[in-house]
Amino acid sequence: MRNKHLLILGGGTAGNIFSHRFVKELDLDEWNVTVVDQSPIHYYQPGFLFIPFGIYKPDDVVKNKSDLIHSRVKQIYSKIDRIIPENNNVRLIDGSLLSYDYLIIGTGVNIAPEEVEGMKGDLWGRSVLDFYTYDGSVALEMALKNFNSGNLVVHMTEMPIKCPVAPLEFAFLSDAYFKRNGRRPDINIHFVTPLSGAFTKEEASSVFGQFLSDKNINLHTEFNIAAIDNMKKEIVSWDDRKIPFDLLVTVPTNMGSNMIERSGMGDELNLVPTDPATLISKHYENIFVAGDASDIPTSKAGSVIHFQAEVIIQNILAKINHRPMQAEFNGRANCFIETGNEKAILIDFDYNNDPTVGKFPFQNIGPLSLLKETRLNHLGKMAFKWMYWNRIIKGKEIPFT
Amino acid sequence: MNELLKNIKVDSEGFLKDHNEWSEEIAKTLAEQEGIYELTKRHFEIIYIIRDEYSLKGQAPSLRRLSKVHGFPTKELYQLFPGGPGKKAAKISGVKKPRGCI
Repeated sequence: MRNKHLLILGGGTAGNIFSHRFVKELDLDEWNVTVVDQSPIHYYQPGFLFIPFGIYKPDDVVKNKSDLIHSRVKQIYSKIDRIIPENNNVRLIDGSLLSYDYLIIGTGVNIAPEEVEGMKGDLWGRSVLDFYTYDGSVALEMALKNFNSGNLVVHMTEMPIKCPVAPLEFAFLSDAYFKRNGRRPDINIHFVTPLSGAFTKEEASSVFGQFLSDKNINLHTEFNIAAIDNMKKEIVSWDDRKIPFDLLVTVPTNMGSNMIERSGMGDELNLVPTDPATLISKHYENIFVAGDASDIPTSKAGSVIHFQAEVIIQNILAKINHRPMQAEFNGRANCFIETGNEKAILIDFDYNNDPTVGKFPFQNIGPLSLLKETRLNHLGKMAFKWMYWNRIIKGKEIPFT
Repeated sequence: MNELLKNIKVDSEGFLKDHNEWSEEIAKTLAEQEGIYELTKRHFEIIYIIRDEYSLKGQAPSLRRLSKVHGFPTKELYQLFPGGPGKKAAKISGVKKPRGCI
């Protein structure tokens, strides 16, 4: 008799992987598996970066969730009001309750431009744009097309953000884009970061810093934004530094779902405190947290979820079967970083190992260069979209691991 | 090198390696090195919150956390610890450098 329930909140990268894996791993005569998401659309988020430059068309990044999530998993498209962990249930916005034996939170993070004074002002959507949403990146395609001269400021508000290399890639791709159309001499590109260097990890930071300098992109570090002055078209830091812009491409604060806040389960960014090894909520032993929604100190990126999924699956199976949990996540992340002109860098790191120069063993294709700009890495990045739609979110192995 | 700091282990950026070796006197010395010549009651309120959180969680709170959870306006944090309150306040509080997020 089916009387046990695995409930998955969020039908993004994590939710998809789990839908495909758990229908194989669980006895479906005994278990119900349900995915809840507020939106029926699945976006290939790494593709948002390429839309502004015309490398991807908007259609490349959109599919229906119902075509992706495993058909034997029940799908509910509804806003979630809150999790009531004391009662092991989740209340949907219409008041109905879903009870669970195990819960996986995979509700990700979203941009929160309202966190910075003036960010959602008159210029928002016109000359203050983001590329972390579908609408933002589609609007940026037009904005870049019409941008002929002046200050292009690529900016990140505060850490952590999804895919922390994406703003760098945006700066690199902008440089290549404007060189190609001959407008680069009339455009100043600025890269503005709250970090003390171009990236969070030391060796990578110096490599990327050199790239910025070679490409004549001005680096502004330790810039903590206090406000956007919509009248003067300036970003202003807490220590009163000002950078004027004609076009501001910003990565707003990334925050976990408001539902997490309503549930009283989040930290100051609505991220769920999570054990970095077992990926179980620090407060509830039948709640697992996958991907961006947790507060663990690794990158927020699809590749991370791919690495985490196995840990969560093994640990849930161990709990169900009353075995000790043995799977531990090591913080593994890897990503391709576009540097423009159809070249890319590959980095790979975990909790204890920073990205470094070297080779990455790539099954079937051969080694890829780590922290080096190559064309093969770019091809890897381009192949990633196919891999994402066809393998990653279906919970299949990929040749990166 | 200041007498007080002589026997204290610090990392390459001057952050204490062991937060148990901290004292208010050491805080004053570290503050002077950062160009803060007077530590007020308000400074110490923040310093002790940072130390408490560090003991509990193993890392210093972010600026967002200091403002949103503990109620210190970001503007004030910049006035009290000019230049970079996140790092400076952590250093003066004798805890490890806030982990650059990833």
